[in-house]
Amino acid sequence: MTLKKTPLYEAHKRLGAKMVEFGGWEMPIQYTSILDEHQAVRTSAGIFDVSHMGEIEVSGPQALDFVQKLIPNDASKLAVIQVLYSPLCYENGTTVDDLLVYRLVDKFLLVVNAANTDKDFAWIQNNVSSFKNVNAENRSAAYGQIAIQGPKADATLRPLVECDLSQIKYYWSVQAKVLGESALVSRTGYTGEDGFEVYASPQLTQKLWDTLISAGAKPIGLGARDTLRFEAGLALYGHELNEQTTPIEAGLGWTVKEKSSDYNGKAILLQQKREGTKKKLIGLKMVDAGVPRQGVKVFVHGQESGVVTSGMKSLTLDQFLAMAFVSTNTSLKPGDRLEVEIRGQRKIAELVKLPFYRGSVKH
Amino acid sequence: MPYPSEYRYSKEHEWVKLEGANARMGITDFAQHELGDVVYVELPKVGRKVKQHESFAVVESVKAASEVYAPVSGEVIEVNKKLENQPELINKSPHTEGWMVVLRIDTPKELDNLLTAADYEKHIGGK
Repeated sequence: MTLKKTPLYEAHKRLGAKMVEFGGWEMPIQYTSILDEHQAVRTSAGIFDVSHMGEIEVSGPQALDFVQKLIPNDASKLAVIQVLYSPLCYENGTTVDDLLVYRLVDKFLLVVNAANTDKDFAWIQNNVSSFKNVNAENRSAAYGQIAIQGPKADATLRPLVECDLSQIKYYWSVQAKVLGESALVSRTGYTGEDGFEVYASPQLTQKLWDTLISAGAKPIGLGARDTLRFEAGLALYGHELNEQTTPIEAGLGWTVKEKSSDYNGKAILLQQKREGTKKKLIGLKMVDAGVPRQGVKVFVHGQESGVVTSGMKSLTLDQFLAMAFVSTNTSLKPGDRLEVEIRGQRKIAELVKLPFYRGSVKH
Repeated sequence: MPYPSEYRYSKEHEWVKLEGANARMGITDFAQHELGDVVYVELPKVGRKVKQHESFAVVESVKAASEVYAPVSGEVIEVNKKLENQPELINKSPHTEGWMVVLRIDTPKELDNLLTAADYEKHIGGK
């Protein structure tokens, strides 16, 4: 199978990036070091090639009704150019993917995970048959995307955009001229820092990337994208979210709404929200030394009772941390001790609140 | 970074420095570069006896955990305690300050299985 390349592939090569396969794409995992890149985003401004993300456009008179059927969060509350985070669920409440919903003037734009784009689009098409006046289109190839993140993201992007960035609030967007060409700019991101995501044509994406680097932004690979989102307690599909997990279990109860209309998974999700779940997502901090990676077993009072979904050294906090699913049979509160098993050895950890770290993001 | 000509190297990217009847070892510059920022090192206990090619330590970078293999058979007589608090020494100084273990060599003949610096450079050049 040939790996897909983003419009910035040649730029990554020129920058000397280490390239890896990710969800069918050949992507940069790091340019210099994950540690340097992580710190640049926490303290200054970094740019990410996120052109591999999938873009699915939903239009037609019944577009809102259709989006409402697909997701548990409430898209009817969105003003035009407002953005919403939501899981995408199956009828049994488990998670197909997580996505952003942009309400644009004439359509909804759904931005989905690269590795899930084909699966999501198939699921969406499967649902569309009962709606007469809806058109769903996978437009991923038409979009390049750059995320610019960090406390200096705003100041770095500002001179390149013909609009007042200060007017864009968190989870709002604007259709604006960027370097003289039309693009969609939103104050969103996946790092815990303030910042923007810019959706543009492949050509403009290339031009913007080079311009941002000249303006002092540091290119950031997928390695630091993971360490940053992890500290901010943001779920990653394939880790905290998957086809066996509902958003309620993954700590995303706030995205599940009553809504008057029906949606996929509504009955089970609202029931779980009322009555609780069998497992829940927690944060862990290692007391003993060790790296509690995905798949490491968690023990409460000596009993196996869960598994780590993501775990690593927090580069900002200098601690070994993990997110894990544990059974809700045992009640746990912050500071309570439990154990993880790393390479056959039980090691002590304690429960901590999520997120581990709050950056410059303006909620 | 040059590969010291007095060291010997394994194909699994460990280096060995002979010190009398002992072997000081660590991972090579190539290996640390491939791994990226090292955040944790799990070292064997002093007194543990290992066979050549046996996994006896783990180096963890931000992204992944990698096993380290004994380049020769022997007994662990010293470990680099500095790595507990400064695992980044493996990145900064892989061939000297970032050493991991000193082994008392069991079978000196096993050293013949290792590569010279020139051969090791050829080995990694092919990657």
